Amino acid sequence: MGAVFKKELRGYFTGFTGYILLAVMLVMMGIYTMIYCLSYQYSAFEFVYGNTVFVLMLFVPILTMRMFAEEKKQGTDRLLYSLPLKMSEIVLGKYFASLVVLGIPCFFTGIYPLILSRFGNVNFRLVYAAMLGFFLLGAALTAVCMFISLLTENQIIAAIISFAVLLLNYFMNNLTNYIPSTLFASTVILVLLVIVVGLIVWAVTKNAVLADIVSIVLLLVLIAIRLIKAELIQGILPKILNKIELFEQYFNIVYGSLDISTIALYLSTIILFCVLSVQVLERRRWA
Amino acid sequence: MIEVQNLTRKYGNHTAVDSISFKIEDGRIYGFLGPNGAGKSTTMNIITGCLAATSGTVTVNGCDIFEEPVKAKKCIGYLPEIPPLYPDMTPLEYLRFVGRAKGMKKAELNEAIPTVMAKTGISDVANKLIKSLSKGYKQRVGIAQAILGNPHVVILDEPTVGLDPKQIVEIRNLIKELGENHTVILSSHILPEVSEVCDEIIIISNGEIVASDTAENLISHFNPSTVTEVVIKGDADSAANAVAQLDEVKEVEIDDGATDGTAKLVITSGDDIREKLAEVFMNNGILVISMNLSKASLEDIFLEVTSENLHMLTGGAPVQETPAYNVAEDAGNAVDETNDNIVDETNNNSSEEADE
Repeated sequence: MGAVFKKELRGYFTGFTGYILLAVMLVMMGIYTMIYCLSYQYSAFEFVYGNTVFVLMLFVPILTMRMFAEEKKQGTDRLLYSLPLKMSEIVLGKYFASLVVLGIPCFFTGIYPLILSRFGNVNFRLVYAAMLGFFLLGAALTAVCMFISLLTENQIIAAIISFAVLLLNYFMNNLTNYIPSTLFASTVILVLLVIVVGLIVWAVTKNAVLADIVSIVLLLVLIAIRLIKAELIQGILPKILNKIELFEQYFNIVYGSLDISTIALYLSTIILFCVLSVQVLERRRWA
Repeated sequence: MIEVQNLTRKYGNHTAVDSISFKIEDGRIYGFLGPNGAGKSTTMNIITGCLAATSGTVTVNGCDIFEEPVKAKKCIGYLPEIPPLYPDMTPLEYLRFVGRAKGMKKAELNEAIPTVMAKTGISDVANKLIKSLSKGYKQRVGIAQAILGNPHVVILDEPTVGLDPKQIVEIRNLIKELGENHTVILSSHILPEVSEVCDEIIIISNGEIVASDTAENLISHFNPSTVTEVVIKGDADSAANAVAQLDEVKEVEIDDGATDGTAKLVITSGDDIREKLAEVFMNNGILVISMNLSKASLEDIFLEVTSENLHMLTGGAPVQETPAYNVAEDAGNAVDETNDNIVDETNNNSSEEADE
């Protein structure tokens, strides 16, 4: 893993990518620090993190776009496959390298509150909780976008899809209001979801029988729940979508509640997409 | 040692590699020969763990490439068709990365990298960016990467493609050198290259192995007739008659174009019959000026063994499954059968096509 990690990290800083990303992130955070803390003389630095979190929507797709897309295009994925490396080493090596780039602006901005504390009251626990949240949110988004980079061999497409996904997630809260939450609509949506799951199973395993079984079992479960406890189904989709909205959860931390469920959401997103990436990388050899 | 058993790889409905089996013994240079799209690269990619197989097994030094990939890959150095280089690195950085990924320690690397660079002749460009290197140097960096860490087996996919003639010679010499300490497998569609460099040749066509042996054996076994050219002084017709008395002789042609009283006999026979010919000429008092044995080239064999599959491709008459030919297992009879089949079916096909 060390070899891939070092190579990736070096890769960010042999070109301009790493420097530009860091510069943009630090400039944006600097501007907000200027406006909030220096102009308006607030000492609540956590709001700087809260307000610059949208920069991650640009930062992360650019951070991750080359990760796997470029390897495939250059044919260097063949090298990675033929070297005595585990797929998990490749994925984690790359992932941790991108986390270092993400961590650098967090580290630098972590100094600002120390400076501010000389001139006003800074609630360090709040600020550093916000910083930790910022990093974890970034890490979760990076995992999602790394996975997207694996699916294409064109960096630009990887970046655009990543951006679209993050944007969708950012506005999820507003969008879910438009999803009908009546019992009938929820049932229809869930049935459609079951069909999609069945199709995905079929596409991944090429096993029609297995896909059928999975779909039928899910449908039966769905019917059972519908008959026994219909209220569970009602409005289930907006509920779920609101729960997996990464950005919205972050503001809980900024407003002072370092919720264990938020941290758990971020960590499980990271683990899920790292595992998925390893699986896709493994499956690539079948393509 | 690499053992491949019943390896099959399908892309959708297309079968790229069709149940092939072979063994790679230690310390030899193997050549994979075949027309474009025959399945050479696919086979190599599977052996090195870059591709999964639809069915079949590959074991490298006793480790299954699918079950214990890390262990198996440690024994292999691989140069794919397109050298897998990072354009923004220097060869030195690149080799460091590969070495570390192969699990080499810093001290080992400091020792191994200069050696490998000297071997492949890239010491001069060690600190230039790979993207600024010429194709030949890029290829060498790719080979350096493959042989770094002294793997048991070095697998090179078309290592000389796109190089100029001088570079080709250099790379070939490098491969021969490698063959002294490593087992080398290389693929190529260039025949002279394979016959010059390799100890053993595996001819592969349409995803099947159609022949596998040393170059010499292939030539001697696949060539049903030997042609001897004899230049004599004197009466060509009587000499031809005398020669035709021999049982082994199939055909005699007289080429008396020369003006200095000599004539050339072109004698076709089953085996090398130069000794008997000399005896005949001596007994008949014919002066022999020169006698030459001309052998079929590897190219003829290549065309012969792959042409059958070509007929299948062009929709000729259905041919029965290619009899896999392996001299090591059963010499003699099987060989003759193979040849007969090929010749017969080729004739059948061409005549049928002509009828249409």
